[in-house]
Amino acid sequence: MIKSLTEMAPGESGFILSIEGGWGMARRLDALGVRPGKRVVKAGAQFFRGPVMVTVDGRQIAVGFGMAGRVMVEVAE
Amino acid sequence: MRRILLMGNPNVGKSAIFSRLTGADVIASNYPGTTVEFIKGYMRIGEERVEVIDIPGTYTLEPNTKAEEVAVRMLKQGDIVVNIVDATCLERNLNLTLQLLKSGKPVVINLNIWDSACHHGIKIDYQRLEQILGVPVVPTCALSGEGIKELVNRFKDAKANTFDYEEEKRWATIGEIVDQVQEVAHRHHTFLEALSDATIMPLSGIPIAILTGLVVFGLIRFIGEYLIGYIMEPAFEHFWAPLMMRFSIFLGSQGFIHDILIGQLIEGKIDFLQSFGALTTGLFVPLAMVLPYVFAFYLVLSVLEDVGYLPRVGVLIDNLMHRLGLHGLSIIPMMLGLGCNVPGALATRIMETRKERFIAATLMAIAVPCMAQIAMIMGLVGKYGVSGLAPVFVSLFLVWLILGSILKSVVKGETPEILIEMPPYRIPYYKALTKKVWIRIRQFTTEAVPFVLLGVVLINVLYTLGIIQFIGKLASPVVSGVLGLPVEATGALIIGFLRKDVAVGMLAPLGLSLKQLIVASVVLTAYFPCVATFAVLLRELGLKDMTKSALIMIATALIVGGLLNLVLGMFL
Repeated sequence: MIKSLTEMAPGESGFILSIEGGWGMARRLDALGVRPGKRVVKAGAQFFRGPVMVTVDGRQIAVGFGMAGRVMVEVAE
Repeated sequence: MRRILLMGNPNVGKSAIFSRLTGADVIASNYPGTTVEFIKGYMRIGEERVEVIDIPGTYTLEPNTKAEEVAVRMLKQGDIVVNIVDATCLERNLNLTLQLLKSGKPVVINLNIWDSACHHGIKIDYQRLEQILGVPVVPTCALSGEGIKELVNRFKDAKANTFDYEEEKRWATIGEIVDQVQEVAHRHHTFLEALSDATIMPLSGIPIAILTGLVVFGLIRFIGEYLIGYIMEPAFEHFWAPLMMRFSIFLGSQGFIHDILIGQLIEGKIDFLQSFGALTTGLFVPLAMVLPYVFAFYLVLSVLEDVGYLPRVGVLIDNLMHRLGLHGLSIIPMMLGLGCNVPGALATRIMETRKERFIAATLMAIAVPCMAQIAMIMGLVGKYGVSGLAPVFVSLFLVWLILGSILKSVVKGETPEILIEMPPYRIPYYKALTKKVWIRIRQFTTEAVPFVLLGVVLINVLYTLGIIQFIGKLASPVVSGVLGLPVEATGALIIGFLRKDVAVGMLAPLGLSLKQLIVASVVLTAYFPCVATFAVLLRELGLKDMTKSALIMIATALIVGGLLNLVLGMFL
């Protein structure tokens, strides 16, 4: 099932399918290892549409809510 | 002279390597963006003297922030690039490595944080990596100094690019390299990782953050007051005062020179707060009143920095900061500003856009008092307890919130969303920690004390010449009319441009009421930055934005000071 990072439940994991954003955003995410093909685990999120916490390559990354909504993930059933 | 550049991703230990190589003292911390400006040092390789440059961290050679722009610009000027790589995160770091190799500069690769990689079950065959990339690869642990000698020995083998790859397949290439050289053993969650989760998830993280804030505040106050009450004050009273009394008699107990060096005798004695001579108040204020708090603050801040806690606080309060037109990471310039506004102003470089830098710098200059000033406010208003301290700090906090929300809608431009990697928690290495605290204390004493002395001398000269009295008369409609302060307080506002702590100290002999002390403390914080901060802000913001920022500062100070005068007048 395809979900964005914001739609994923805490603890869910999957592989990143695509980044539905501009080149600049994709580049910023790419630099931190968030790019298509990568395995990502959602750790949780801050309240009130705050940053989403994900783990990629064993590192925790905080991604702003809007940006996180555009990272599409193929979530394992 | 040949130039060696230290380049790498943020938070891989470039500054730690730099101070190992050059022996120079630089601040290294556990969060991305500690270094925002390049720093030069020198070292010897055999007979040759070379320049070493510590460069702000960057993930790619396509810059996103001002600090990263510095990095890319500097690359052109180097002869050898030492690419520092976080061994615990090889794949991501190799992205920059490949770009650096492509730049055609001779490169040496340094796998830093090697000890932690081993500890985490990550095995890297660095000799194999050297064969693949065709440039020297040396593992080190910069904090303990292991491997540094070998690293220096290999500088001579630095080679320009021998590794070829297709740009479109950069990540695929990196993946292949990592598969060949790295083995990761399966392992369980460590305690520090569990702590990381607990401190960043809101349900547990917010209470922990509040608790940490309270503990930090309590610790700083406890250490500061202990040092003042049991060490510094007694030392001045029992040793320095008798000595200065003899000197006073030697100078004839009066006259121009006496007044500048010793100041006014209060009931025939030296009063370190009121005499206002260079050798009495001029030494007492920075050394006995401010230094203990500065020490306490930097001790606690340095622990938080080296553990890696600050970016987590940034994520927790990201939402709040967005209401001020900033994102969570701007907590870092604000926190540093509490120590001294100068590093705070420099740290605004970690922000991506002009809007954010303008808001962060302006809010910090107006509503974040530096430790020197806080210490003096504590000294003056502290004796009234909460009813004295709360109005000052609550007012400043409200100004920060309200002004931030206004600036958010007025200032044009974008506030990007937060995107940051959490540095893994590390247990601070005590040698690095003590060194860092020492660097900051030394900076304070060598840079602040001369300014304080200059301020005290200047006050005496300006008073003797009647200049302060003259400006006081001119400013009295504002100072007395709007702010409700005595005309003499104008002197403090003038000196506040030089040093805020001296300015607050100048209020001591005026016999102000609690209301006046509160108004003066808030106005002195907000109305204008001290000269050192002003110089940095001018450079960072440019003349046009700095003028705007300065007008906002003066207007805010007058409005808030006037309001406080009215409101407090009803209660006090």
